[in-house]
Amino acid sequence: MITLSNVLVVSTLLFGISLAGIILNRKNLIVLLMCLELMLLAINTNFIAFAHHYADLAGQVIVFFVLTVAAAESAIGLALLVVFFRARQTIRVDQLNSLKG
Amino acid sequence: MEINIEKILFYGFSTILLGSATAVIFSRNSVRAVLFLVLAFFACAGLWLLQQAEFLAITLVLVYVGAVMVLFLFVIMMLDINVATKEARLVRYFPLGILIAALIVSQIIWILWKGGSWVGIQGDMNPGESNVSAIGKLLYTDYIYPFELAGIILLVAIVAAISLAFRGRRRGTRGQKIKEQIAVRSQDRVTLVSLKPTIRKDL
Repeated sequence: MITLSNVLVVSTLLFGISLAGIILNRKNLIVLLMCLELMLLAINTNFIAFAHHYADLAGQVIVFFVLTVAAAESAIGLALLVVFFRARQTIRVDQLNSLKG
Repeated sequence: MEINIEKILFYGFSTILLGSATAVIFSRNSVRAVLFLVLAFFACAGLWLLQQAEFLAITLVLVYVGAVMVLFLFVIMMLDINVATKEARLVRYFPLGILIAALIVSQIIWILWKGGSWVGIQGDMNPGESNVSAIGKLLYTDYIYPFELAGIILLVAIVAAISLAFRGRRRGTRGQKIKEQIAVRSQDRVTLVSLKPTIRKDL
């Protein structure tokens, strides 16, 4: 039988992996966006595990809304990425210093 | 610890999920990272199916694998980032990143180990009704305002993404000229020509 904590451990590990990816990654803004998607996936897995545990569909509805917002976020993020690439010809994270005085 | 099909599926999907997530953050090629991310989404959809979230699992595959990941692939192939990916990885932050991630993960797992719920669960989540119809009823009754707000958020995202990435009309391309299209009259477009009727004699 799969217990609640089994699923929570898996999603915690997934969250940790994507957090490490965000900190480690210094060269590619796209990988940063992908790590954000993985983080949201871990959180959604938590919601679904609790929804299953308490037999309450509200958790699944919240996951639906989180999916919507994540899709909007990645669309706008990729558009910003394209604009940034046109301006600077690079997408390195450590080149994001246009506002540095 | 008995072995059943549910456990086998759970541990299999979890292994695929965590392995492909690790491959996403460590692969040098961006296209390969996106493909590993697709694999991670598929494995996570399998996990969600095991948790009786059928509608959301299918939605994850359709929306994420079908739309968002294709968007990622479009952007990667549109930008010429081979220059960026060939540079050496900076390893300065490696200990810090691993340390922070390990700290957070070990804290959460410690809490789960002490007070988590390790007993198996309860009954059916959707008794006598499919998951899709149950979620649909909930979405269109209790959560109707958040549902419409989600639609507005998607509209705002469409407008924002297009207005960010659109660079104005280029020369020589065809497009709509709305002022001219509205101001047009039928006399400008249609010319009536009076023709004399001809009768074929050879029939």
